[in-house]
Amino acid sequence: MGWVCLAMLSKRIIACLDVREGKLAKSVKFVNTRDIGDPVARAKEYYEDGLDELVFYDITASSDKRDIMLDVVESVAEQVYIPFSVGGGIRNVADANKLLWAGAEKINVNSAAVQRPALIKECAFAIGSQNVVLSIDILKVPVSAALPSGYEVVINGGRTPTGLDALAWALQGEALGAGELVVNSIDADGTKQGYEINLTRMIAEAVAIPVIASGGAGKPEHLLEVLTEGKADAALVASMLHFGEYTVSGLKQWLHQQGVKVRLKY
Amino acid sequence: MLIIVDYDAGNLRSVLRACEHVGIDARISADPADVLGADRLIFPGVGSAESAVDTLRTRGLDEAIKGFFETGKPMLGICLGSQIVLDYSAEGARDCLGLVPGVVQKFDLADKALKVPHIGWNEVDFVKPHPLLKRVSSGDEFYFVHSYYTVPASTNDVYGTTDYGQQFCSMLGRDNLFATQFHLEKSGEKGLSILAEFGQWDGCV
Repeated sequence: MGWVCLAMLSKRIIACLDVREGKLAKSVKFVNTRDIGDPVARAKEYYEDGLDELVFYDITASSDKRDIMLDVVESVAEQVYIPFSVGGGIRNVADANKLLWAGAEKINVNSAAVQRPALIKECAFAIGSQNVVLSIDILKVPVSAALPSGYEVVINGGRTPTGLDALAWALQGEALGAGELVVNSIDADGTKQGYEINLTRMIAEAVAIPVIASGGAGKPEHLLEVLTEGKADAALVASMLHFGEYTVSGLKQWLHQQGVKVRLKY
Repeated sequence: MLIIVDYDAGNLRSVLRACEHVGIDARISADPADVLGADRLIFPGVGSAESAVDTLRTRGLDEAIKGFFETGKPMLGICLGSQIVLDYSAEGARDCLGLVPGVVQKFDLADKALKVPHIGWNEVDFVKPHPLLKRVSSGDEFYFVHSYYTVPASTNDVYGTTDYGQQFCSMLGRDNLFATQFHLEKSGEKGLSILAEFGQWDGCV
């Protein structure tokens, strides 16, 4: 009955832009990040080429420079008319509201939500579940009683293990009011060897909210794989686009030719 | 002056920005006098119908919007703003503005693999032409985020439908009122073109 689903929602291509002190960076296993440009110009370029959505992660280390991100968000909102979310450094509803007021559609929480799960609930109540995205950084581990899914949640950019089972945390996040999940494989991130299909499918099948696959995209086949076999609702891409190897419209055309429903007219 | 009605429902600034981007002079206001004196009106909306309707009443904006509708000047509802123009919403069991006969219902989809809220880009099939739809085509995709949908009593008021496990009304209109369930301010150039046309519209169909 697969053909029936053709009349449904398009799969989303989401570009991820890591921003440090107002500049675009791309991480490889979260170390040795380097600046590669202006996030606002990139966002606009991808928007004009048919991108469906954007995610910005503010990876600025020092909290006193975080307001730079608000300026970036304002500039993006003036030029880009598709939804975008912003993550990094959101510790309370006031932080979330600042970003929404600056022009973000959604906010994205990660480590701070692991440390204080009530953050998800508070944000969902204040700004609506549909605007709260929970990002989860995940490492593959041996199956154990404490980590029955074989995947562990890690925080602080992948450096700190938490002892939390990834599947259990995804379900808890949904119950607390997250409207979408970003499933980010730290193992796959930056490798360009493909998304972690098993992990993505396991979580997508368990939750009733949209799942965005993240980490590992290196070629179009990887997107196809995670949007079909991996059951993801959306695929996050970064370096494939940032380094100019592929274009948004090219990726979407190719996915369309493979039978994936994507938005082609814009 | 175009007035964007402020009833504490969602990100009004993104609608304001989109207006400025397409060259429409607009202002956000919560004052019923501004609403009644506006040349055109937009009521956007993210959030729940119950709190929206309650806030409209508290601020006296419900009567102002009804009064504006009577003048025949152009008005545009977006997302929640397309729902509150009907008679009744199941969300919080609230009586709404009653500008268009009909009700608002929650998705109850037989296919449990379909997720609610309906979030993402989906196609809108046009039922009939409208002045605001000059630069878009049937089958174009727009960005949706919602759990409830409109059910106008008369098919005459339905301008577009979308398929999400069932067909639902995604664009409605009556006289000088037009409304979209999708976020035209977040639907790229296609969405912006509807807004731009609204800036030129005389309110006649």
